Amino acid sequence: MNAALRLPAGLRLVIGVFVIGWVAVAAFPLLWTAVMSFRVPADALSANPLDVLLGPRTLETAGGVFGIGVTFEHYWAVWVTQHFYRNLLNSAVVTFGVVTISLSVGTLAGYALARTRSVLAFWLLVAALVFRALPHSVLVTGYVPAFLNSAAWLQPLWDWPLTGWLFQLFSARAPTLYGQPLAVIVVLVAINQPFTIWMLRSFFENIPAELDEAAQVDGCTPFGAFWRVIMPVMWPGVITAGLFSFLLAYNDYLVTALLLDSQSMTMVPAITQFLNRDSRASEQIEAIAAAVSITAPLFVLVMAFQKQIVAGLTQGAVKG
Amino acid sequence: MNGRTFGWFVAPSVVMMLVFIAFPLVFVFVQSFHATQSVFETVKVESCTPGFLGQVCKTEERTRPKLDAAGRPMTETSFIGLAAYRTVLQPDAVWAALAPGGGGWDAVMAVDFYRALRFTLTFTLVTLPAVIGLGLLIALAVNTMARSLRGPLIFVSLMPFIVTPVIGALSIRWLFMGDGILTAALRWMTGSHISMFAQGWTIEVLMLVYRVWHVAPFAFVVFYAALQTVSQDALEAALIDGASRFERLRYVVIPHLKPLIVFVALIHLMDAYRVFDEVVGFSSEAHRISLQFLTFNLLTPDQAGNRAVTRASASAMLTMVGVIVLLVPILLRTWREQRGRA
Repeated sequence: MNAALRLPAGLRLVIGVFVIGWVAVAAFPLLWTAVMSFRVPADALSANPLDVLLGPRTLETAGGVFGIGVTFEHYWAVWVTQHFYRNLLNSAVVTFGVVTISLSVGTLAGYALARTRSVLAFWLLVAALVFRALPHSVLVTGYVPAFLNSAAWLQPLWDWPLTGWLFQLFSARAPTLYGQPLAVIVVLVAINQPFTIWMLRSFFENIPAELDEAAQVDGCTPFGAFWRVIMPVMWPGVITAGLFSFLLAYNDYLVTALLLDSQSMTMVPAITQFLNRDSRASEQIEAIAAAVSITAPLFVLVMAFQKQIVAGLTQGAVKG
Repeated sequence: MNGRTFGWFVAPSVVMMLVFIAFPLVFVFVQSFHATQSVFETVKVESCTPGFLGQVCKTEERTRPKLDAAGRPMTETSFIGLAAYRTVLQPDAVWAALAPGGGGWDAVMAVDFYRALRFTLTFTLVTLPAVIGLGLLIALAVNTMARSLRGPLIFVSLMPFIVTPVIGALSIRWLFMGDGILTAALRWMTGSHISMFAQGWTIEVLMLVYRVWHVAPFAFVVFYAALQTVSQDALEAALIDGASRFERLRYVVIPHLKPLIVFVALIHLMDAYRVFDEVVGFSSEAHRISLQFLTFNLLTPDQAGNRAVTRASASAMLTMVGVIVLLVPILLRTWREQRGRA
């Protein structure tokens, strides 16, 4: 680097302090709540920060390691007593469904949109952008009554001989969709679809079109070229789009809180049930333990896929 | 790729968006003009009580929900015009408030819709410059750091962005809970006990700060990636021309980042207008609500188990109108650019 571009020492110091300050602000709330979740309420809610950090009362009542009090009682209460694993299962079903369907439908459309310069393709992308801006509550307002009454309006599909035999393989009568994690998948996929299309399209644009032209010259069908030649080099993009679909489904509160009941709740809306009961101190800490449990997989995700997440954030940007 | 192949590839996506986005939107639109109510019937009931020398009988009329063949209460749906919109917007209350001698601004803010609209717009417009500014500062600062430090710095910065929004808000709220560490710190700094969750404006400040904390990493990563492609030649040329550090930033770096600033602003406008998770995480509904929360609240069953679906539809439609108003200028510009390119 040119010597004249180098920073003077004073500015260097200011920048250093600023970066340290940002790192502290970025990490502190999550780290602090993580520490609180391992302390008995007397320590966790203490006004003295040292009590929270070292947990002297936790050490007396529950033991610890290296002179620092650690207790797992809140995690035990959340996962074993309160059956939080059921919410985890629901979350797993919903996120797995959303990621798989979003990606399979999205890659096809993203590929086609990256390889076409037609007016139709342009308007499809604009429509997707408008849908991307749509507040989720607007969509859910359409789904809530439809899900509650689905047993009535879906029944014709079960009665009509042409489709009835197929649907009756799954259930004898039309189901009530309200409270079914499987049905929520559809809503979240719909919300997620516009974003997935945009992101995958810009990834496909980075793959030279000569590649599929060569494949088609060698006798591949358009789908064959897509599946055998493009997809194998597309995995990084698919993984990135999958990560963002995962985040949308996993982090959602609005849709799942309205369309699921207390038996079929996913983890994030379920956490409010710890908050809404008249909160004894230990229940507050249980809510914190549940929150840390929900955040832990995300932490691992960032560690494993930092490169892909950064690629995803900048991808849409570079192409604009 | 020819038109037909293109059609087959996009068909699943298009069908999906039509059936699961466009159709529900039309449904909500229609629903906002219709109310569904239980059908009641009036029946004559003769009730007799044993009395002296025969029964005492009286006939009275009772209203009861009409049941269908399966024994469920029957409902009927009727067209109600703009009634639901009137309930949400309360034009009469607004006119009364704005008339001389009315309650003025405070009375308008007593209507939930205007309260939500005011908060949503403030939230969107205040966080926008803050997110872009902070994101830019972090990107510029990290860009001066040693390469080995940048990876870990990006990792730590991504945590606020990736965390579940409701939980991120909760984690900040817990720092103030009871005698939480930040409440204690505030008391130590100001000397007086400030309860951050007792009044509206402190909660609002926390919600704004939380959103900036949550989204600044996104702006940071986008700007940081773009800083890697700033032309070193242009920077050196500016240096030779005698540009100061600030002038190089102002006339070389910022113009290079400009398309990305527009991009981040567009995404942030969409997302901030949808503000919702903060209201849940900070439990601010008594003091501050957003437009999405208004609809959410109407859709949640009340104590009698009823959901105000019609009013929710009206409020959802009004929320959508807001997005369109925000986005139309940007979409028009894109359209003009596209036409210019073709």
